[in-house]
Amino acid sequence: MSILSVKNINKQFGGLKALNEVNLEIEAGTVHAIIGPNGAGKSTLLNCFVGRLNPDTGSVNFDGVSLLGMQPHEINQVGVSRVFQTPEIFGDLTLVENVMIPAFARRDGAFRINGWGQVEDEKNVRENAMHLLEDVGLAESADTVANQLSRGDKRRLELAMCLVQKPKLLLLDEPTAGMARADTNNTIDLLKKIAERGITMVIIEHDMHVVFSLAEKISVLAQGTVIAEGLPNEIKGHPKVQEAYLGGAHL
Amino acid sequence: MIKFNVKNKDHMLLLGFIGVVALAPIIMAPIGGGYPDLLQKFAIFGIFAIGFNILFGLTGYLSFGHAAFLGIGSYTAVWTFKLLTMNVIPALILSTLLAGVFALLIGFIVLRRSGIYFSILTLAFAQMSYNLAYSVLTPITNGETGLQLRHHDARVLDGLFGVTRGEGLPSTSLFGMSMSGWSGYYFCGVMLIIMFYISLRIFRSPFGMMLRAVKSNQNRMSYTGLNTRPYTLAAFVISGMYAGLAGGLMAITDPLAGAERMQWTASGEVVLMTILGGTGTLLGPVIGAGVIKYFENIFSSFNEGILMEAFSFLPEFLQHAMVTVAGLFVGEGWHLTLGALFMVIVIFLPGGLMEGIARIGNVFRRWRKPKPVAPTEAEAAASE
Repeated sequence: MSILSVKNINKQFGGLKALNEVNLEIEAGTVHAIIGPNGAGKSTLLNCFVGRLNPDTGSVNFDGVSLLGMQPHEINQVGVSRVFQTPEIFGDLTLVENVMIPAFARRDGAFRINGWGQVEDEKNVRENAMHLLEDVGLAESADTVANQLSRGDKRRLELAMCLVQKPKLLLLDEPTAGMARADTNNTIDLLKKIAERGITMVIIEHDMHVVFSLAEKISVLAQGTVIAEGLPNEIKGHPKVQEAYLGGAHL
Repeated sequence: MIKFNVKNKDHMLLLGFIGVVALAPIIMAPIGGGYPDLLQKFAIFGIFAIGFNILFGLTGYLSFGHAAFLGIGSYTAVWTFKLLTMNVIPALILSTLLAGVFALLIGFIVLRRSGIYFSILTLAFAQMSYNLAYSVLTPITNGETGLQLRHHDARVLDGLFGVTRGEGLPSTSLFGMSMSGWSGYYFCGVMLIIMFYISLRIFRSPFGMMLRAVKSNQNRMSYTGLNTRPYTLAAFVISGMYAGLAGGLMAITDPLAGAERMQWTASGEVVLMTILGGTGTLLGPVIGAGVIKYFENIFSSFNEGILMEAFSFLPEFLQHAMVTVAGLFVGEGWHLTLGALFMVIVIFLPGGLMEGIARIGNVFRRWRKPKPVAPTEAEAAASE
C-alpha cells in the first residue's frame, strides 16, 4: 500500500521546468531513495511534499489526504516530518528542550496556550525526549545549548526531534552531506535502526554508499523527470542512470 | 538528569522579590529614593517593562509602539473614573482588557511582518495613535489639555452606592483606602509582584518555551507542526495588557491622561529599560526600569548648588571646573548620563545589568572554592 502518492506534478520557475510530470509511489514501511545529478529537481520535489512549494499541476496525496495548499505545520500534524539539508534546530535552546518542543507539538496540536503549567512538571514529555536523545547518542549533553554541537550532532538532534513525533513519513534531505566517513557510517546505522521500526522514509542523497546501504527502492530523477525506478540492483546497472550521472543525458 | 531544582530557585527568587518590594522604602532611603512617588514609578514602569520583555525577550519581536497601549490604559482608567467610580479595581480591569483588545487588532496586522518591518509597523501605529489622540479623537482624549476629572462627572456606580460628593475633585481609592502616598506605593507594589509572578510562570511554561522557539527558529517551528502566528499574537496581546495595566496604574497615581504618554520616546524608553536590565531575563526589565527612573528623578534634580557643595573640598578653581563638567551630566543633562551608561552596558555587558550580576556571582563562587580551578573558555561561555 502506498502512503504517499504523487501524480503528474509540474513545477516551473520562470523559464525553467524544475519538475516535469513526476509520478511517485512511496510504499508504507519502506526506505525510498530519490537520487539524481545536481539540479535534477530532488529538493524541489521534497519541498512540494511539505508545503514549502506548491506544484503548478498534479496531486500529492498522503495517507488519503491531499497535501496541496496545506501549511507546513498542518502537513506536519498529519504525520510528515522533515530533516533539512542544513540542520534546522532551535540553536538557543538546550538539546532536551529542542526535543520537547516537537513532543508538545504532537501532544497539544499546532497552537495551545499553556502559560500556567510548568515545563518542570511535564515529566513524561521530558523522559520521552531523553529516550530519543539516548537513541541518537546525545543524552549526555542534554542540557547544553544546541548551537554548540558539531554539524553532525546537530543533524542527529534534528533526527531525534522528528522521531519524537512518531511520524508516519520521514523525509530526509541529504542526511549525510558534509559529514566525515565515520559520521556517515554512524548515521547509516542510526537510519537503519529507524527503518527497522517501520517508519517510512524518503531519502534524497548524493552519496551512493549511503543510498545502497539503506534504500529498498530507488527513483532516479534527471532534469525534472523520473528516468528510472526500481530495486537497488536494477538501478546500479541501468544504462539511463549511468548516462545521467556521466552528464551525457541530453547532449 | 535534573541538575538543580528550578522550582526551589524560583520560589527563592519570588520571596526575594517580595522582600525587596516590601522593604524598598528603607533600602532606597540612603540613596535618596525612599519616597512613595518615585517608588510607585519604579513599580509601574517595572510592570510595563516585564510585559514588554514577554514579547521582546522571549519571541525577539522588537515593538517600538508599546507606549500606545500604555496611553490606551491611561485613557480607559480616567474614563472609568469619570463615568463609573473612583474605585481603582474597575479602572484597572477595563484598562487591561481594552489594551488587550487593541493589541489583538493591531497585532493581527503588524505580526504579518517580522524583524525591522515589524518594528517600523509598530512605530507607525503608535505615532498614528498619538496624532489621533491630539486631533480627531479630541472628544475622547481632550487633546492637548489631557483628560481630567471634573466635579460634575457622572460616576454612576459611586452614585448608586451612595458615595457622597465632596466639594473638591474626588481622589482615587481602593474601597476607601487612598491611593496616594505609601498606600498607593504598596498597591502598585502588590500589582508588580503579581505581574512578576505571572511572567515567571509564563517563562517556565510550555507556552514560554514555544515563545523562545519563535525567537530561535520559526522555520523549524512550522515544520515541527506549530503555528507560529498565534503564538506571537498571544505574546503581543499579553505584553499589550501589561502595558495597559501600567497605564491604568499611572492614572491611579495621577488621574490625568495626556497623549504625550503615547509618543515614540515613551515607547523607546521601555526598550532601553529592557535592554539595560537584560533582555529575556526575569529580573532585568524591573532593574532596568528602576535604574532609568532613578536617574531621571535623582540626577535631573541635581543643580549647581548641590554640585558646588559636593565639590567644596576642592580648591576653588578646581571646584568650578568640576562643577562645570559634572553639570553637563545632571539636571537637564541627565539624558547624557543615561546615554553614556547605556553605551557602556551595551558594549561591555550585552546581556545587560543581569549579565553583570551573573559575572560578579561567578567571581564570588570561584573565590569561595578552596581549589582555584580555571574554567575553560567553553565552560565560561556555557555558564553565561
